[in-house]
Amino acid sequence: MRKQAWFKRLMVHLVVIGVALVWLTPSVGLLVSSFRPKQELIASGWWTVLRRPFDPTQYTLANYQRVLFQEGLGRAFLNSFLITIPSTLIPLTIASLAAYALAWMNFSGRQVLLMAVVGMIVIPLQMTLIPVLRMFRVLGLSGTFPAVWLAHTGYGLPLMIYLLRNFFGALPRELFESAVIDGASHFTAFTKLLLPLSVPVLASVAIFQFLWVWNDLLVALVYLGGYSNVAPLTLKLALLAGSRGQDWHLLTAAAFVSMVVPMIVFFSLQRYFVRGILAGALKG
Amino acid sequence: MRTGKATPWLYLLPALLMLSSFLILPTLSTVYLSFFGPRSETFVGFQNYLQAFTSRSMLIAFRNNLLWLVVFTAFTVGVGLALAVLLDRVRYEVVIKSIVFLPMAISSVAAGIIWKFMYSFRPAYANQIGLLNAIVVALGGEPIGWLIQRPWINNLALIAVGIWMWTGFCMVIFSAAYKGIPKEMLEAARIDGANEWQVFLHITIPFLKSTIAVVTTTMVVFVLKVFDIVYVMTNGSFDTEVVANRMYKEMYSYQNYGLASAIAVILLLAIIPFVVINVRRFRAQEALR
Repeated sequence: MRKQAWFKRLMVHLVVIGVALVWLTPSVGLLVSSFRPKQELIASGWWTVLRRPFDPTQYTLANYQRVLFQEGLGRAFLNSFLITIPSTLIPLTIASLAAYALAWMNFSGRQVLLMAVVGMIVIPLQMTLIPVLRMFRVLGLSGTFPAVWLAHTGYGLPLMIYLLRNFFGALPRELFESAVIDGASHFTAFTKLLLPLSVPVLASVAIFQFLWVWNDLLVALVYLGGYSNVAPLTLKLALLAGSRGQDWHLLTAAAFVSMVVPMIVFFSLQRYFVRGILAGALKG
Repeated sequence: MRTGKATPWLYLLPALLMLSSFLILPTLSTVYLSFFGPRSETFVGFQNYLQAFTSRSMLIAFRNNLLWLVVFTAFTVGVGLALAVLLDRVRYEVVIKSIVFLPMAISSVAAGIIWKFMYSFRPAYANQIGLLNAIVVALGGEPIGWLIQRPWINNLALIAVGIWMWTGFCMVIFSAAYKGIPKEMLEAARIDGANEWQVFLHITIPFLKSTIAVVTTTMVVFVLKVFDIVYVMTNGSFDTEVVANRMYKEMYSYQNYGLASAIAVILLLAIIPFVVINVRRFRAQEALR
């Protein structure tokens, strides 16, 4: 009986560690390959470096140099920031205002509006692409940053409003009543009371939107496709995969460049990150 | 607090403006366009839908989406749940969780490249640089064209990438819910002589029922719209297309806005049950407030 329990515990360890290895190996392969010279990369598998892992002569930074400065990844890196930061801050502001009204003001139509917002969370983006693309063309916005800022704002709002409203609504009512006694206006209550209290949830929501936009391909592809000077990393990477599908020294380095920022967010803000992802998974 | 009649709407105005211009009106407009020809000039009735439900490429896309739906959902939910339960028994839980959850942070484009490299294929006489074929060859097999061999190997190879990305998500949610099961309950069952499998079946599963429902719904909604992975890895060649990719192709490559709109509407119709579930769940939560 004892022996059996010991054996079972060993099996649990083996399974768990096995799964972790399977999950980790593909990323390790990418990382190792991105530092290998082109010739060696196509001549042998990346795992061959494990024979003498600390021999520096088998590694190079040339691939990164090439993708960042000759293949336009440097520019795309900047574009990703130029797209992602406004696409996070604009909807966050608009959603906080709306969520405040939905949580703390009484007006007819509030419930209907809330349900409409909840329903909109899972609308597939595909439903909006053609009319919005046409609108951008008429307005002369296609292929510009404001186009994707506006689109991501529209697409991000339902979920943000829903999450923020749930959080705001859960705050104690007395808090707001005491603010009223002090004669505060709605705007004061919103900026001085509510926002400071909501920093953690704002952070989670912002991180989710940031990563969603940073990792988005479809929106960039449709509204910015064909304009390579404004392309973000994902779009550039997808183009590179299409045009240089066998140039693994470039593809691996480029893919890793696109992963650096999300990985930093993941490891440094894991608590907010997990909460944001979990809350936001249903988004269209 | 004094609230003027107009005040709430002032706070809501920017949101309403953006929601109507980017979600509500475009959705209605797409429904309308789906009854028109490629250039939206001539009314064609249900012809686009007829085409969407009968053309060979669409039927393949439907089949593939169905395959995604079954295999992807079963694996992400199943493996996620199993990991949540198993990881509760080891001390290095946090490390393993981070490893499995990490792919959630990167884009599908990057994940697509990572796996295209894993799947890379060379003729038998050459050195394999893709890990999977290297293993196959080392075991004495012939290298496999993972992304080429239709219809099962290549589609399952793409689905595996999705599973790699999303299992961590399911695991994290299940893990949080699992830790909410009172430990006394599990212990009592074990003392009564139940084995681990019986405990899992008769206590864990019933306790996590609603979490399983939520996670499964999330996976199904995701999988119906899956696009990036296929776009980057095969762009639909060798019969790997899914519905969202067909929509993009009709719109972008063939400029057939009528058919593209009809495909989008079909996607929406498939998702509407989940909109209803979402709204219902929301109302139930509200009733509890």
